[in-house]
Amino acid sequence: MTINVHYFASLKEHIGRSKNELPYTSPLTVREVWEQSNPDILIPNNVLVAVNMDYVDWDHLVEDQDEVAFFPPVTGG
Amino acid sequence: MTVILYQQGFNPYQILQDYESAQLKAPEKIGATSIFIGTMRDFNEGSNVTGMTLEYYPGMTEKQLEKILQDAHSRWAIEDSLIVHRVGDILPKDPIVLVAVWSSHRGDAFDASRFIMEALKSTAPFWKKEHLNSTESRWVSHNTNGYQLKTP
Repeated sequence: MTINVHYFASLKEHIGRSKNELPYTSPLTVREVWEQSNPDILIPNNVLVAVNMDYVDWDHLVEDQDEVAFFPPVTGG
Repeated sequence: MTVILYQQGFNPYQILQDYESAQLKAPEKIGATSIFIGTMRDFNEGSNVTGMTLEYYPGMTEKQLEKILQDAHSRWAIEDSLIVHRVGDILPKDPIVLVAVWSSHRGDAFDASRFIMEALKSTAPFWKKEHLNSTESRWVSHNTNGYQLKTP
């Protein structure tokens, strides 16, 4: 019963780790996933969020075993 | 529809030649091929850049690139498409991205390849860290909108 949380690029450096696990007890939004994972860090502007490798909005409900990822605006190409 | 990520340098012209001779769908229907190659500059936003590191999200990056190609195939009459992208440590003049679209007609080939490139720039999870010298580096904060006109 866990949610796997990942961070990338400048955001990973900002919060000081690349991932954490969160115990899953009841449905929660990705915003709550951030708040429980990083209680002392406000969500920086422009952060994007994906669940199971698809973009979602901040009210998206996360389920058990989901992979949640937070990252800054993308800069490929 | 093919997506390839390279950890090492790649030669876009060789890849195109190999792809066309071995993998290309419906070669007899192709009347137009549109190709875009992006390479690394040695300057950005007023600074000299000596190299960069391209981070990505294994799994999601491929998934989003495949989704972009599927979108392009649903919107334009194209026969085949290819995205090749570098990850890892890159030096100036190295190719970063190759987009190729094969179609019966130039309009679909041009427009689909432009769409693929702009969608990649705004949605594919890649992040560039520029190295300015041996000790200093910085993350590129965002990509610009390629459709926006440059003001002189």
